[in-house]
Amino acid sequence: MRALLEVRNLRVGFGGQDVVHGIDFEIAAGERLALVGESGSGKSVSALSLLRLVQNADVSGSALLEGRDLLQMSERQLRGVRGDEVAVIFQEPMTALNPLYTVGAQIGEVLQLKKGLTPRQAQAASVELLASTGIPEPARRAQAYPHQLSGGQRQRAMIAMALASAPKLLLADEPTTALDVSLRGQILDLLSDLQRQHGMAVLLITHDLNLVRRFASRIAVMERGRLVETGDVARVFTDPQHAYTAKLLASKPERDLAEVPPVAGEPVLSARGLQVSYPVPVPGLRGWFKKGEFVAVQGADLDIAPGQTLGVIGESGSGKSTLALAVLGLLPFQGSLQVAGTDWHAARRSGQAKALRQRIQVVFQDPFSSLSPRLTVEQIVGEGLLVHQPHCTADERRGRVIAALADVGLVDDPGQGSGWLQRYPHEFSGGQRQRLAIARALIVNPELLVLDEPTSALDVTVQKQVLALLQRLQRERGLSYLFITHDVNVIRAMAHEVLVMKDGAVIERGAVEQVLAAPQHPYTRTLVQAAV
Amino acid sequence: MSTPAAPAAPSLSPSLSPSRRAWQRFKRNRLGFWSLIIFCVLVVASLFADVLSSDRPLVVRYEGQTYFPLVNDYPETVFGGDFESNTDFLDPFIRERITVGDNWAVYAPNPYGPKTLNYFAKSPHPSAPTAENWFGTDDRGRDLLAQLIYGFRVSVLFGLALTFTGVLLGVITGAIQGFFGGKTDLAFQRFIEVWGAMPELYLLIIFSAVFAPSIGLLLVLLSLFGWMGLSDYVRAEFLRNRQMDYVRSARAMGLSNGQIIWRHVLPNSLTPVVTFLPFRMSAAILALTSLDFLGLGVPPGTPSLGELLSQGKNNIDAWWISMSTFAVLVITLLLLTFMGDALRDALDPRKQDK
Repeated sequence: MRALLEVRNLRVGFGGQDVVHGIDFEIAAGERLALVGESGSGKSVSALSLLRLVQNADVSGSALLEGRDLLQMSERQLRGVRGDEVAVIFQEPMTALNPLYTVGAQIGEVLQLKKGLTPRQAQAASVELLASTGIPEPARRAQAYPHQLSGGQRQRAMIAMALASAPKLLLADEPTTALDVSLRGQILDLLSDLQRQHGMAVLLITHDLNLVRRFASRIAVMERGRLVETGDVARVFTDPQHAYTAKLLASKPERDLAEVPPVAGEPVLSARGLQVSYPVPVPGLRGWFKKGEFVAVQGADLDIAPGQTLGVIGESGSGKSTLALAVLGLLPFQGSLQVAGTDWHAARRSGQAKALRQRIQVVFQDPFSSLSPRLTVEQIVGEGLLVHQPHCTADERRGRVIAALADVGLVDDPGQGSGWLQRYPHEFSGGQRQRLAIARALIVNPELLVLDEPTSALDVTVQKQVLALLQRLQRERGLSYLFITHDVNVIRAMAHEVLVMKDGAVIERGAVEQVLAAPQHPYTRTLVQAAV
Repeated sequence: MSTPAAPAAPSLSPSLSPSRRAWQRFKRNRLGFWSLIIFCVLVVASLFADVLSSDRPLVVRYEGQTYFPLVNDYPETVFGGDFESNTDFLDPFIRERITVGDNWAVYAPNPYGPKTLNYFAKSPHPSAPTAENWFGTDDRGRDLLAQLIYGFRVSVLFGLALTFTGVLLGVITGAIQGFFGGKTDLAFQRFIEVWGAMPELYLLIIFSAVFAPSIGLLLVLLSLFGWMGLSDYVRAEFLRNRQMDYVRSARAMGLSNGQIIWRHVLPNSLTPVVTFLPFRMSAAILALTSLDFLGLGVPPGTPSLGELLSQGKNNIDAWWISMSTFAVLVITLLLLTFMGDALRDALDPRKQDK
């Protein structure tokens, strides 16, 4: 079979520094190839630079599309190829669609441009295309603006737009990453169907090995700008040749928890009828006098025993992060919420809130916004001591900061930790920053740690390490976790009990093995299936 | 206890704080950096204006005794004159007395003060540049170079003071609005809209009619209206930064609002403040100059660039007045603009090191 696209010795650099060091691969017509790697491996840059869609990049090598070299083409010739023979789907459909035009008009524009249809024909054809992507009521949706569609519908519209010109090759750059878990499978199935119908080749760029297994026939693994392994999906998954591939495949989080006997003493955290609501503006004249109310968490009950992890799972907008902020006492709430037997409301009234804050600490999702860029490591990690143990001398504080850094595995030998203290967060990688955030929380010896998607922004291999660290800390210190995530595999590895949230309500709860093995609620079932 | 993740030990090179890195980037901009140096030299020199340009000699040695006319007043009788009044050291008679024989006197490089009227000038005022008055004199016979030196000093000090008060008020009000948000923000925003709608110039005219004009009054009046632009920027930065996870973490840690503002939000919100400093300063200098030009500024007799410009307008044929004042203003404002540009580039987050 002759290759549709043949890439030879592709190099991409920015300002003299190479990020892709000469890679070779080919895609046959109608083939599904997955390009896999962690962030910074150069996978997106490699694929998008084929169409010169990367700004300020120096690209060399050759990329033969049916014998014509894309990299030697003039900008004018390349415009004929883009969106015609080769189409692209981006990660974030909200920013990839123009908010000022209707979806139908944007698809119609491609049809008029590439197929020479009249506006009327283009309109009819765009409705047809939308229908083929499984959007309900396609004629009405064609008249909708991007913001009026849901995330999944927007991505379907993007796919319809990419298919408008019947491309031979589709570059799909993380097409499902911005979507909720239950939608990912649907979008992927849609891509599979359309790929078969149109007989086009698809280059799927992703970091998610589950998607690769479900979708691709061949896989190419990239590490730091080099292609380390290529092969059939079945072969690579069962018998990886390169150490890095093996490491990637083995990076599924592992369960390594101390099993705690049920109900060991008083719960660390106990909530009854916890409800959080936001004021929202009411449209019209009435809004001048009254505010509406949006209930983000509707009457949740939960208990966390010492040394245990309660996992909260749900999609974006399900209220799980709001729940975390309420538990931390950062949002006003109704209902009762007790931390180690002390009621939040009562503690506030009697001025004991500060003592309560010492018992419950937090680690957030985004490693880049969770550390102030203008403070040193010593200032960031030692801050809790300033607040809760003001009698500590500077030397004692420094010693405890170093001990905390050693605890989270940033420093091997506590005697050598001082080199880290005067550094600023910008010098650390995502995983290291997340460890710093954990150290900052641990230094005041909390009993409960609220973990709000602590590993979602990390690469899979780093995620595995951070999860292992959290498990070790729990075993050693008997910490309780409130672990919030959208990832079923992470919950499976980390939680003792699990709570499933949807639209602000708790729809299912129980021991983790039981809930994940035999989900009762249909929504839980889709979540669990999507993760397999 | 090392996990497989134990990261590489940090390199030995010292870690630079974000502000130090911005300073490094600023230094790399030659134009801006040299502008800063030249501006600083000029400001420091103008602070010593009394030594550089004064109608009193720095030291006088007269008949075996040493006098310091710069700091002390001496009647003319001390140097053999007839009157009990203060000595006029520009008087050719006195000049001769204190320089004959063993007597000597060290005059300032430019032997005129800002208010000195040269009664012994050889040409009518305004006089074109001569060997005695290097830049000429104005229409009242005062030395132009002395006027420029003292005028520059007044302008720069006024600019610094106005920038300082404006920044202080702007940061405080912006921080309050942005950090507390909600109703506080709403109320403050409406107040700013009302306050900003007041006709500043008319108020200045009215106040200069009611009160005796002085630099202090001018500073207060201009400060009252000069903080609003900056306040909006600081407010926006605070609104953005208070949502950051590190602020939430600090709250969860139990820090008070004051501590959170001081340690976390404020240092991360100062970029627009620093970027605008030179531009605010040049705006302040320009404001003072134009008010002086209109006669609404500093009290009469105070050396001022604006007053000189208006003299230049009234004496079009005395080109040296308008040209030299114009040059001083342009150079000052250019230096400030170059500094501002360099500062803006140095603090631009989109620009990388190297």
